[in-house]
Amino acid sequence: MKAEKVVLERIVEILQPFVSGKMEITPGMDIESDLAIDSLKSMEILASLEDVFDISIPLNVLSEVRTVEELAVQIQKLVEAEK
Amino acid sequence: MGLFDKFENITASLNVIEQQCCAFFNIIIEEILSATEAVINGRRVILAGTNNYLGLPLRKECKEAACRAIEKEGTGTTGSRMANGTYSSHVALEQDISDFYGRSNTIVFTTGYSANLAMLSTLVGPKDIVLLDADCHASIYDGCRLGGVQVYRFRHNDVDDLEKRLKRLRKQDTNILIVLEGLYSMLGDRAPLREIASVKEEYGAYLLVDEAHSLGVLGNRGRGLSEEAGVEDAVDFIVGTFSKSLGSVGGFCTSNHKELEIIRYASRPYVFTASSSPANIAAAKAALEIIRREPQLRERLWENADALYGRLKEMGFRVGPEPSPIIPVRFEEVARAFSAWNRLLDQGVYVNMVLPPATPDGTALLRCSLSAAHTMEQVEKIAGAFSAVRDFE
Repeated sequence: MKAEKVVLERIVEILQPFVSGKMEITPGMDIESDLAIDSLKSMEILASLEDVFDISIPLNVLSEVRTVEELAVQIQKLVEAEK
Repeated sequence: MGLFDKFENITASLNVIEQQCCAFFNIIIEEILSATEAVINGRRVILAGTNNYLGLPLRKECKEAACRAIEKEGTGTTGSRMANGTYSSHVALEQDISDFYGRSNTIVFTTGYSANLAMLSTLVGPKDIVLLDADCHASIYDGCRLGGVQVYRFRHNDVDDLEKRLKRLRKQDTNILIVLEGLYSMLGDRAPLREIASVKEEYGAYLLVDEAHSLGVLGNRGRGLSEEAGVEDAVDFIVGTFSKSLGSVGGFCTSNHKELEIIRYASRPYVFTASSSPANIAAAKAALEIIRREPQLRERLWENADALYGRLKEMGFRVGPEPSPIIPVRFEEVARAFSAWNRLLDQGVYVNMVLPPATPDGTALLRCSLSAAHTMEQVEKIAGAFSAVRDFE
């Protein structure tokens, strides 16, 4: 549980520079519609996530991700799988 | 919620575009006058956005070959390659392509799109990995999705980024197929293929290069970037299309892996569609022969490309990263691209307009593509039209 929380916090940190103003990012927010993350930004975000967590993120995994929390769950799974 | 409600966002965007640029999505080529000229909206225009790199769709030899094929074999095959749709002409063209590339095996598909769809959905499966350049064509992404392979992207033309990902992914101990394009259709830039081939060898991966825009355009014999970069032996699979330099419709994959043949039996986009028409096959065959015997077409294409690229750059337009027969002119604001596109058409020059999110960096592009069939006078006219657009702005 603690590990998941850490992953979520790191993801929020990574997303923060890509959202407008000082919007507070919450776990339930929709990445595309609430945070206005488009495909260009997502490429950069994915690269950051891969570097920070030292994982490879397949595009297929992300196609079902909608919210920040869902992203955290998927990242956590990949981190566990690559241990 | 109605069946079509999900298209609300697209409809809203279309309305905005049509208000500013009413002809854009409804452009009709009313009459083809030559390889480089047509009638649009009742007036004569220079075609500078048709990917017709060598001007072959109207070449006498290609037209006559297509007509002869129709006379002999009819207008369509009415069947799949796997059933009654493989004629001796399909097999002969496969042999010609193998000979052209110096490879053992070739499969001809019905379109370039289906060639990528077939290869990427079949060659690799859910237990394999595809590592593709982020700017790859939609047909490559679609093929990967159809076959369910694990897909990872590397930053466009970034060899360090590719290697970083290979380092991580090799821990999975599975087949890795690197996929990229010879000449990229949006920005007209080449892949750093020599470096990528070296990394591919180091990590024991496979390499597929889509030479759709580079066949007949790059290399001493027109074999594309793989030839120009001197790394043909490192490229496992070359995919290409007939619908650009060859001026026909169809696609292919060629390889020295003899096992390529098994794709015919396992690939849905090969099995479940009608084969190319005899006319398309005959025209492609004739065009390939012209590419072999007329290297001067490639030289003329590059003279035109270098001239226009230089002129647009001098004028201060934001063009692509290197001289190329594909010359994008970038606009930060979509509205300015609309305005420029309309003005170019008013002055008798047709180019492609490409809008985000289809563009690589979020800018709007007016994309020119040059042809060996353009005269230098036409190239000057295209440059002159852009100059007038710049002066207006």
